[in-house]
Amino acid sequence: MSWLLSLPLIIPFATAIAAFLVRGHASGRWISLTGSAIALAAAIALLMVVLDDGVIAGQMGGWPAPFGITLVADLLSAVMVLITAITAFAVAIYAFGDIDRRREELGYHALFQTLIAGVTGAFLTGDLFNLYVWFEVMLIASFGMLILGGEKEQIDGGVKYVALNLVSTLLFLSGIGLLYGMTGTLNLADLAQKVETIPNQGLLTAVAMMFMVGFGIKAAVFPLFFWLPASYHTPSFAVSAVFAGLLTKVGVYAMIRMFTMIFDHDIGFTHTILLWIAGFTMVTGVLGAASQGDFRKILSFHIISQIGYMILGLALMTPLALLGAVFYLVHHIIVKANLFLIAGIASRATGSTDLYRIGGLYASSPLLAVLFLIPAFSLAGFPPLSGFWAKYVLVKASLDAEFWFMAFIALAVGLMTIFSMTKIWAEAFWKPHPTNPDPALDQVPHRGALLLPVAGLAVLTMVIGLYPEPFVVFAERAAAQLLDPTAYITAVLGAAP
Amino acid sequence: MTSSFSRSWLSLAGLLPVAIATTLFILFLQAVPVIAAGRTLRQVWQWVPGLGVDLSFVIDGLSLTFALLISGIGALVMLYSARYLAGHVHQARFSLLLTSFMLAMLGLVLSDNLLTLFVFWELTTITSYLLIGFDHSAKKARRSALQALLVTGVGGLALLAAIILIGTTAGTFELSELRAMPAILTGSTLYLPILVLVLLAAFTKSAQMPFHFWLPNAMAAPTPVSAYLHSATMVKAGIYLLARMHPSLSGTDVWLWTLTIAGAVTTVFASIMAVRQTDLKLALAYTTLMALGALTLLLGNSTGYAITAAVTFLIVHSLYKAALFLVIGIVDHGTGTREVDRLSGLVRAMPVTAAAAAVAALSMAGFPPFLGFIGKELKYAGALAVASEPVLVAGAVLLSSALMFAVAGIVALRPFWGKAGDPPKPPKEGPWAMLLGPVVLAGLGAFFGIMPSVIATTLVNPTVTAILAEPGEAKPLLLWAGINLPLLLSIATFVLGAFLYALHRPLRRGLIWITQRTPSLDGGWDGFLAGVMAVCRWQTQLLQTGILRRYLFLTFATAFVAMAGTLVAKDAIDLPNLVPDVLPKHGMLFVLIFLGLALTVITQSRIAAIAGLGVVGIGIAMLFILFSAPDVAITQLLVETLIVVLFAAAALRLPHLPRGGSGWRFWDAMLALGLGVTTTAILLMVTASPVDRELTGFFEGASWPEAFGRNIVNVILVDFRALDTFGEIAVVLVAAIGAYALLKGTPERQKK
Repeated sequence: MSWLLSLPLIIPFATAIAAFLVRGHASGRWISLTGSAIALAAAIALLMVVLDDGVIAGQMGGWPAPFGITLVADLLSAVMVLITAITAFAVAIYAFGDIDRRREELGYHALFQTLIAGVTGAFLTGDLFNLYVWFEVMLIASFGMLILGGEKEQIDGGVKYVALNLVSTLLFLSGIGLLYGMTGTLNLADLAQKVETIPNQGLLTAVAMMFMVGFGIKAAVFPLFFWLPASYHTPSFAVSAVFAGLLTKVGVYAMIRMFTMIFDHDIGFTHTILLWIAGFTMVTGVLGAASQGDFRKILSFHIISQIGYMILGLALMTPLALLGAVFYLVHHIIVKANLFLIAGIASRATGSTDLYRIGGLYASSPLLAVLFLIPAFSLAGFPPLSGFWAKYVLVKASLDAEFWFMAFIALAVGLMTIFSMTKIWAEAFWKPHPTNPDPALDQVPHRGALLLPVAGLAVLTMVIGLYPEPFVVFAERAAAQLLDPTAYITAVLGAAP
Repeated sequence: MTSSFSRSWLSLAGLLPVAIATTLFILFLQAVPVIAAGRTLRQVWQWVPGLGVDLSFVIDGLSLTFALLISGIGALVMLYSARYLAGHVHQARFSLLLTSFMLAMLGLVLSDNLLTLFVFWELTTITSYLLIGFDHSAKKARRSALQALLVTGVGGLALLAAIILIGTTAGTFELSELRAMPAILTGSTLYLPILVLVLLAAFTKSAQMPFHFWLPNAMAAPTPVSAYLHSATMVKAGIYLLARMHPSLSGTDVWLWTLTIAGAVTTVFASIMAVRQTDLKLALAYTTLMALGALTLLLGNSTGYAITAAVTFLIVHSLYKAALFLVIGIVDHGTGTREVDRLSGLVRAMPVTAAAAAVAALSMAGFPPFLGFIGKELKYAGALAVASEPVLVAGAVLLSSALMFAVAGIVALRPFWGKAGDPPKPPKEGPWAMLLGPVVLAGLGAFFGIMPSVIATTLVNPTVTAILAEPGEAKPLLLWAGINLPLLLSIATFVLGAFLYALHRPLRRGLIWITQRTPSLDGGWDGFLAGVMAVCRWQTQLLQTGILRRYLFLTFATAFVAMAGTLVAKDAIDLPNLVPDVLPKHGMLFVLIFLGLALTVITQSRIAAIAGLGVVGIGIAMLFILFSAPDVAITQLLVETLIVVLFAAAALRLPHLPRGGSGWRFWDAMLALGLGVTTTAILLMVTASPVDRELTGFFEGASWPEAFGRNIVNVILVDFRALDTFGEIAVVLVAAIGAYALLKGTPERQKK
């Protein structure tokens, strides 16, 4: 099975190299698109196998765990790899209309594919230090993409992005060192067993906090999210879409993985803190969004707010709550990336993302209006769209656990989300354009390449919303694997001793 | 709008919705005999069994009555709209939205599963939002749409919470199963939260005080929308919810008093406000509020009289109100105004409209032999049957009915009779497609009044049975019930109403004077939103300052609090005794490292700071040597040298470090110290415990025989953990690409 696990990694790396070699040439975008398509096929194959056979593991270089590096795919990993591939494929199409020649010559496609490789690696690795390496790959590739174009605003955002993310790196690396010192292993499955034998469990909790803060920065939770609104509105739309969809979610994934499998020794302490973080993250994010007047800045703050929902699912730690967290992750990536892609189209049609300087899209571009409404209302949790089920499950999980206040926050934040989404709708779509009488979509060049991925992702949102059963069942199984990692550990280390 | 009666309005966009609505209406009609015979129809499809959600639909008296009103009035309104909006650039979108709304509303009243009901409930909210804002270039329309969305949105979220709690308490989302367990909710500890949430949902949707203010504003929508959504159907969704939950939630004092008081206050307030309006459409909007209040008030009770009254009044009101709204639309269409003072004597130019208006208004005013009379008699009977406070409740009904009488005169009498008025356009009769709706609806009000038995057994009785969850409670619908108290109250209503109508001009002036001097909730709305926005901006500026220094401080501070706080909270501090380990040569290295560190922190020269860091690095390398790890030490030395050289080369081109604010510097130092001490403490505790040598042992053992390398570090890097190295190589290459892009890609205008 090991080839199936490494394919989703090899393909984007190989694509990155090929795209870099032809970077001065227009074929780079085709190489990137082809690579993304193949990676998508590989991700589908991987998910099918995991669905049929359960958790699969591959020992890289043939060294048995826990001595070498293990790649592992359980349901959560496999679905994250798939959703990454879907996002990458959509953005690779979108790049045809969004990324100019200058950025291509500077190596956009290579950076993009490397980023995807880093994200995929983070989802697949079963080794703590290897996870750190993938975080590094992601960080450096994303930094390169962020500043590609070299506008002053981009550099400013890029510096804040990289400086704060380096703090995360520092904490993560220190945490790895300390955890290795306590257990003598880096293999996640091995760690899951060995942490139980550590005599000073309080010390383990303190080290766990290092991971919580480190991943918390990556996931952009309260009060560690500053880098995100500082940078996400500055790069190309394709870049901010792939960031918005994937980067913070790697942090959330790492948090879920570590705080279900490794740091589950003192849930009363760690997960109570996570609960508070979740509440504050939901609220501060949504309030921040309401105060903005720019299409992308509003969306950026909403990422934060919705990370709070996922952390809520983790913090409650019940089967239903984790089901909700997994469902939310998948739903959110599709919807959020799509909204950023739409922001790009709207900006091209109207000339800006500043909501007070644009308008008129509803009258001139009904297709774009519909394509916006689907993810926007889904984000706000309106039925029958994907976001409704995600929100419903998490609210139910909160109420079941008798955390009334968290349920209230989750619902109220939904209302504030609809407030922000209707602000975009009223300003960019309903309101007449202040200067241009007819801002039309059909004047946008390459609009086919821009609209196609948006439509595709919108259809996915609708499918999940209207036919959620298979996704719910899947998320339920994934949550069960998280709560009982026996299958994961057995797949990595062989039969339990 | 088109001025001549052309055939151009016969478009697919206009007529397809009519066909859909008519077909549905006919289908629902066929269910009438079945329901009248006391049966119910139920259909279930699986949807999300994983979450206990089925697409289950039920037709009983209650849902059938609503479904007939929705599809029947829908068909007439859609025919009207086809003509009303003919030639409008967005007619197709309008038809799509209105049809979607109708289907959502039907879904809502037919759902047997609470979550399915909720899905449709929210769909009506979204479609209503888009329809209120249909005239989207007007700021007022956008504001009204948002207001309606947010107010009803609050209710939607409350409903979702209520549904989850009901599901948890009763173990089912199916309404039919819920009704079979009478006391499951009223006897539960969660009864009060459930009730509050359900009432919040119903009151916001049906615009009960104090959530009423969005409804008059929703009149920014085109008239067919006002007629359909905001009088006949959607606003009754809240009433429907109250009726649907009646068997499970009613019968307690809280239910009785909340509904009675909210309903009474709303109905009296709204009927007074209706007299105040000069815009005919707004006057009608307030009479809708009045009707919703009356329905809420009646549903507070569980007596057969009250519920029969509620059901009858529901039907009466839908018929006359939709008719009158459509009439106002025709008047507006034909004369160019809805201002009551500019309209009179229209009967000569618009005889059919005037006749429809008159018949609808007589039903609204409660004259015999119209259905409105029966409805009013039943309301009095129902009010008097309220055991606790019959006088108060009947008084509220009397006052509001009298005011309704007056408003009916203002809306449907004044514009049509008397001498010719002064409209902007010469009045003109509407086309038949627009007249059909008001004529049919008004006519039905008269027909059902004369022949009440047509709806009594077929619709009213099964509906009352569904609301009370037991058969045989419905009271008869009679035009002549003998001389009794309700009849006397009716006569009193007419007298008082005629009196109020005669005085309505001075009354209106007085009310305008008062309302202009009292704060209104709608006026407070903008202030409320501005306040929310101010809080949002305040907290965002507090956190998202744009200053990297602050961000770093907060991030490190969080790390410090998290780690140090955990050590203290978990009582985990267990420091080993360090003294025996420290030798003089260690001490000297410590001093060296410390000096290098101090230089880095204090200096303002970048070069000196880098040199200081270099000293720290070399000191650490020497520590490695002391602890007999020469290979690691060599790597460390090489890296340190390289970093110092590279950084120094870069630093030569950079300005001196800025001097930080002195106030912050102190806290920076404190934080650095705290974080350093905490990390060191954790590190010391970790190293004090015995090391698990399983991995190290394996690497030592397998390095040469299996991996053919003598330098274990190298073998780890290129073999055991080659994937890490591969990743790090990618990092270095990508960093090079990034640096290249940064140097090469800066736009010319920024370089200078």
